[in-house]
Amino acid sequence: MVPAGLLLVTFLFGLFHFIPGDPALLLAGDNASAEVVEGIRRAYGFDQPLPVQYWTYMKKVLQGDLGVSNFSREPVTALILPRIFNTAQLAFWSMGFAMVVSLILGCCSAMFWNTWIDKLITGIALLGICTPVFVSGLFGIFLFSVKLGLLPTGGLDSWRSFVLPVVTLGAFQAAVLTRMVRASMVEALGQDYIETARAKGLAETAVVFKHALRNAMLPIVTLFGLGFGATLGGSVVTETIFTWPGLGRTMVESILSRDLPVTQGALLLFAFMFIGINLVVDLLYAAIDPRIRFDAP
Amino acid sequence: MTASAHLLEVRNLSKFFTLRKGMLQRAAGHVRAVDDVSFFVDDGETLGLVGESGCGKTTTGRALLRLVPPSAGEILFKSTQLAREGEAPRLIDVATATEKELKVLRREMQIIFQDPFSSLNPRMNVGQIVSEPLDVQRIGRQDERRDRVGSLLESVGLNAKDARRYPHEFSGGQRQRIGIARALALEPRLIVADEPVSALDASIQAQVLNLMLDLQNEHGLAFVLIAHDLAVVRHISDRIAVMYLGRLVELASTDALFESPQHPYTEALMAAVPIPDPDRERAKDTGLLGDVPSATSPPVGCHFHPRCRYAEDICKTESPPLREIQEGHTVACHLADTIELRSFGS
Repeated sequence: MVPAGLLLVTFLFGLFHFIPGDPALLLAGDNASAEVVEGIRRAYGFDQPLPVQYWTYMKKVLQGDLGVSNFSREPVTALILPRIFNTAQLAFWSMGFAMVVSLILGCCSAMFWNTWIDKLITGIALLGICTPVFVSGLFGIFLFSVKLGLLPTGGLDSWRSFVLPVVTLGAFQAAVLTRMVRASMVEALGQDYIETARAKGLAETAVVFKHALRNAMLPIVTLFGLGFGATLGGSVVTETIFTWPGLGRTMVESILSRDLPVTQGALLLFAFMFIGINLVVDLLYAAIDPRIRFDAP
Repeated sequence: MTASAHLLEVRNLSKFFTLRKGMLQRAAGHVRAVDDVSFFVDDGETLGLVGESGCGKTTTGRALLRLVPPSAGEILFKSTQLAREGEAPRLIDVATATEKELKVLRREMQIIFQDPFSSLNPRMNVGQIVSEPLDVQRIGRQDERRDRVGSLLESVGLNAKDARRYPHEFSGGQRQRIGIARALALEPRLIVADEPVSALDASIQAQVLNLMLDLQNEHGLAFVLIAHDLAVVRHISDRIAVMYLGRLVELASTDALFESPQHPYTEALMAAVPIPDPDRERAKDTGLLGDVPSATSPPVGCHFHPRCRYAEDICKTESPPLREIQEGHTVACHLADTIELRSFGS
């Protein structure tokens, strides 16, 4: 986790220094005189050699200082932190929705493998996979907000603001994960120990949920973790559609206004959330699968 | 239902699998995995079921416990658990038993699987695996179950402390012992052993087979032993049934079968058993011709005729019925009385 974090900061630093464009020129504006540009360059340390800049940046990041926004002059951390919470909320509820839906539909699909139930669920899932978030999001706004007037078109005021973004973002993940849960469950149900469980006299539901699902969970948990990451990425689009005051929209806005420190800070936090999720998934493995524990008794 | 002295009697058991093709899943044909098979098993005896890969022996074994639902036929089991207290055992048809009856029948019929690596749930420890049948059937209190698991593990040559370990920590032979302990947990009267030793090393095979024999003597168990290895079957079976392409071709006591096989397929199977003597020349003339034909379109007449060295015209047109040629020795061959086959008696 620590090496991954350091590598990440380094990569981000490199990314922003090797992209074309002079940051001092950008800050100064198109009409600034050469002296002003030079002054800004010195004030921000852009004239220092790269290793020195890297070292300064690294030190600051480790101290929790992500710089100051080029435009609002506020510290990036103060700008971003409240928005992380909103994004995390959106991602959390979306993934929760996706997990519940995909587990139910995926298990149903596997239990009724190759029947019309399976085929219906597969069809719905394929439709979900094929529909981009910006299409389903706009369609949802059109239907539920504009036509029916049930839900707000955007913003974050009450629980009703959550429904559309969460379902839009979650439905895509649910569709992808349903397919995976199904595949994983079909495989688990085909194992010999399922026969063993049936021979023991277990009821079919116990066979499915106690024996098969537990074994199918390992790949599923991995995918839930990846899905969480994808949801964070997807939140960029979803937040823009639903004007959600989150990290994704902040990042888009900062990119459009070329507010480099904010973009950098937002990316960094996105990446750290990703690493954190991977850590949680790895820890979950050990809890689920006794074969992965290091200190097996 | 007629009274029967047998523990298990299988009558005309068949299992067809429908092959489906194309978008609309039209039925494109049937595989007759098990085709009109009848046999019986008595209390405390071992019936060996042998044949090549794909001959339907595993399907037969699983159908006995209705792990695959049979297509036709009766599987009559003499159940004491389903009989009222103090009354004579009741004959239950496993094929048509209700879910409730089936659950009770699981106490009396168990199965040991071929692959000791995939037949144990990797997420459960050995204690959970062995005690789960007891939990499901609500037998005993929790501490009694724990003690029972310990004594079961010891009876199969493992340690009671192994209950806390997971399957991946054991070797193949040990895992098969766990499988046996699990099958024994409910004190069944019949165990279907589906290739119980074929995944094990030769040195371990003997240990596991001897363990099965010991347990049989101790508990009066009956076994249906499914195997392709005739040496294994001969070692522990009282009677042997030979299957070919879903049909029973010969059934006799072990000694009678080895001394005077009546079906050319039985002869060929026996001739294929390697003899650990480098000086002895291999019998070249009893081998099989060609490969096993497709199970979707088996040969007309006797299924075996394209590979049979003795086949005559009648074999190509008429399917030979199973007939008894000696007391307890049945065979499905038109020529059983006319041809002289090799003896493999010791």
